[in-house]
Amino acid sequence: MSRTVRWCVLGVGLAGVAVVLGMAFGSMPDFGIDRHPYRDLAVAASVSHGTANVVSSVNFDQRGLDTLIEETILFGSVVAALALLRPSDEEHLHRPGGGRGPLEGTRAVGYLMLPLTLVVGIDVVLHGQVTPGGGFQGGIVLATGLHLLYVGGRYRSLERLRPIPLFEYTESAGVVVFAAVGLATLAGAGSFLANTLPYGTFGQLVSAGTVPLLNVAVGVAVGSGGVVLLAQFLQQLILVSTDEAERS
Amino acid sequence: MSGYAYAVAGALLLLGGLGIARSRDLVHSVVCLSVAQSGTFVLLLAVGYQQGAPAPVFGSTTSPNDQVVDPLVQALALTDIVVSGTVTALLLALAIQIGKQHGTVDPDELSALEG
Repeated sequence: MSRTVRWCVLGVGLAGVAVVLGMAFGSMPDFGIDRHPYRDLAVAASVSHGTANVVSSVNFDQRGLDTLIEETILFGSVVAALALLRPSDEEHLHRPGGGRGPLEGTRAVGYLMLPLTLVVGIDVVLHGQVTPGGGFQGGIVLATGLHLLYVGGRYRSLERLRPIPLFEYTESAGVVVFAAVGLATLAGAGSFLANTLPYGTFGQLVSAGTVPLLNVAVGVAVGSGGVVLLAQFLQQLILVSTDEAERS
Repeated sequence: MSGYAYAVAGALLLLGGLGIARSRDLVHSVVCLSVAQSGTFVLLLAVGYQQGAPAPVFGSTTSPNDQVVDPLVQALALTDIVVSGTVTALLLALAIQIGKQHGTVDPDELSALEG
């Protein structure tokens, strides 16, 4: 297909999508109105289950099965990326040379921010039921926070701090714990991921029944998954070299 | 002003699609896909927005009441972002492999089927 033909097809397609979208948006409820039936139901259900953060309640209580599937998608794509990025037979790992490393200031900020970021990440995971946050957000903070070591020029300390095989296990463990909580509630209450634990005091750290438990499981899975993913990409960048590249 | 957010969502989707079709580099296409997906975030949050309403997180400043923005679409947006991030990582991994196997990441030069 020549370039001109392709632009024409593209133009027709995009124009069609634009027209359909315009028609759909035209018949939608006005922006910013105060009629939200799902909101009313979700808020009532969340408050009755002692969850102050309604978004967490929706994710981990009201539609927990969807979140399990979402976590499985995450798990699946991490495994797939891991398989794709494995060094092939012609490639082998080499140790990076000394090099100059980053500025002293960058290094200092990296060291300073590392413990701080890890604490914030754990805090975000644990307070998912009372404040904005939860396992997904906190897990990403933890995974990327760990890589401040890399920004600070300490790739070898980073490697020591995150043994990849261990993180592969913890990632799977996060998914397994989530499913196990679901099965336990299925056995105990008769429905999958039903919130059967005591709801605690509304707005306190220990509240919302199974929500904090599932948040921690997701936080572990997302954090480990992020670490494993970033490790594969960093390995491609830093360690992998082909025979050809070495010969030239 | 009312249709503004919907227009932004539609524009992001279309611009992302345009970018993918015009792309000369697979990494660029992956980024364009992310742009197109951000259109869905804007759309979801726009659907749940209520003028002047606070976030659906109750605490000392907001006592439990019904006048908050829709938490359901926010939860959907969260799902959307997670899936978007993992798909982006997977596609970038594919782009790395394609670059290694074929020596190019220009989609126009990857026309021949193999295998």
